[in-house]
Amino acid sequence: MEATEIAEKVSSGEISARTVVEQHIEIINEIESDVNAFNLVTAEKALIDADEIDSKIASGETLGPLAGVPISIKDNLCTRGIETTCSSKILEGWKPPYDATVIEKLKEAGAVIIGKTNLDEFAMGSSTENSAFGPTRNPHNLECVPGGSSGGSAAAVAAGFSPLALGSDTGGSIRQPAALCGVVGVKPTYGRVSRYGLVAFASSLDQVGPFANTVSDAALTLEVISGHDPRDSTSIPEKPLDISGFLDQGVEGMRIGVIEELSGKGLGGISQDVISRVEDAIKVLSNAGADVEPASVPASIYGLSAYYVIAPAEASSNLARYDGIRFGPRTEAATTAETMTATRTKGFGDEVKRRIMLGTYALSAGYYDAYYGKSQRVRTLIMNDFAKAYEKFDLLISPTAPTTAFPLGDKTADPMQMYLQDVCTIPSNLAGHPAMSVPFGFGADGMPVGIQILAPAMAEREMFQAAKILESESGNGIE
Amino acid sequence: MVERISREEVAHVARLAQLALSEDELDAFTSQLAAVLDHAADLEALNVDDIEPSTHPFPLKNVLRVDEPGEGFEIEEVLEGAPEVEEHQFRVPPILGDS
Repeated sequence: MEATEIAEKVSSGEISARTVVEQHIEIINEIESDVNAFNLVTAEKALIDADEIDSKIASGETLGPLAGVPISIKDNLCTRGIETTCSSKILEGWKPPYDATVIEKLKEAGAVIIGKTNLDEFAMGSSTENSAFGPTRNPHNLECVPGGSSGGSAAAVAAGFSPLALGSDTGGSIRQPAALCGVVGVKPTYGRVSRYGLVAFASSLDQVGPFANTVSDAALTLEVISGHDPRDSTSIPEKPLDISGFLDQGVEGMRIGVIEELSGKGLGGISQDVISRVEDAIKVLSNAGADVEPASVPASIYGLSAYYVIAPAEASSNLARYDGIRFGPRTEAATTAETMTATRTKGFGDEVKRRIMLGTYALSAGYYDAYYGKSQRVRTLIMNDFAKAYEKFDLLISPTAPTTAFPLGDKTADPMQMYLQDVCTIPSNLAGHPAMSVPFGFGADGMPVGIQILAPAMAEREMFQAAKILESESGNGIE
Repeated sequence: MVERISREEVAHVARLAQLALSEDELDAFTSQLAAVLDHAADLEALNVDDIEPSTHPFPLKNVLRVDEPGEGFEIEEVLEGAPEVEEHQFRVPPILGDS
């Protein structure tokens, strides 16, 4: 059942929140041992929360737009009193003393948290294999990865564990797993959604966003979690989004550009399956009345290089706080300095160590200008090229990921190959623009393909209108 | 070919980042970091001297608020997550050692 339908039926008393939660726990009990989407299933607490919602409804209280809807939460979002690990040994057992703003908002809206989902450690990765608690598997084919880093959230929605999930997207960590798992995934405009309580990876790029099976469910969830938050100084002083009422307005007369550099003509490595789905998407949008033309964002091909300097640089600073003094487990040694080194050495996995070192190097004396300084200028270049493209176009499209889901272990030995998974999604993070992935059919291997829709800052509404058109013609037949 | 980053530089960076690496790890990380820096070499050909660097997607100004006392966290709740605590403080091993 879709989230919108659940909320309606729970609010009208047609079905109890307890029944809804029980049904989802049953599905989790059946197949979670194969998928491993969760670091923690909070079944007991979810049932208590559901009962509370049911008693409120019985006493005539009006509930929020997500009444009784189960939701899975990426395990890098702080949940008060509930373990938040970032899939890292360095935070194992740590229970935050507060809820992230998005968690507060979800609770106010009546949503029921059903578990904390697996991720690549500290959201660093594109396959959810870099987890201290084992990899998550793709529900469409258990031999394949779900993408990452929010692979647990994407898999939870694809497997039917919950109709909704939250993830975080620093370079594609919502959109790429959404594409690989065949669900909708949205990275909002930077600052649209509060980052308060999101464990920081690269603060100038991180953004929280929803996963759902349908475009309208994703819209509803984004409406609930968006809006200004005084506790996040980068939060945009705007009211929460209003998208749902505009979803059916279509794309008639919209100018939509196909980013040539990211659709197989510039960058290599985009699979033929993916390219032909993009061509089909162009037809669907044209048939719906959009004016679809090739577009050029020349600097977008430099996004990957700039990102893999900027994001590790910010991460090396953000992750300095994990030293075994204030939170998480400690590896005791003779002195404080040795304790810190021992704790970090034992607590961080290889990919996190790689990025911390890369960032430390890029920020170190003698290399700062060549790497970090240059990358920041390239970031401006990318923003300028997007601005030029948006003079001609209302929206842009591209593939979300260069390929469909790949087998487990395929790219773990070669970090650079893994990084290339994010080549189409990274430019939006660098520019701070919204972008989303919509499932759009399957490749020859039977695995889902996602189309990415990109929009200028604050233009989520138009982005969702196009997403709705693609969804209606995707041939996915959502049950 | 000379690697873009040397084994010694990786060892230095690891020390700065408070990470201890084994000899094998040092070898593996050196070639992996060199591969990433090799990829980033495509930026070298770009002339961006006239372009301003961006630290952020949007221009940020200082964000101020009224200085009103609000509710903080309970000390006990915050300290619950710490590995070692004594009299409402974080307890650490000796600061000064032999090294």
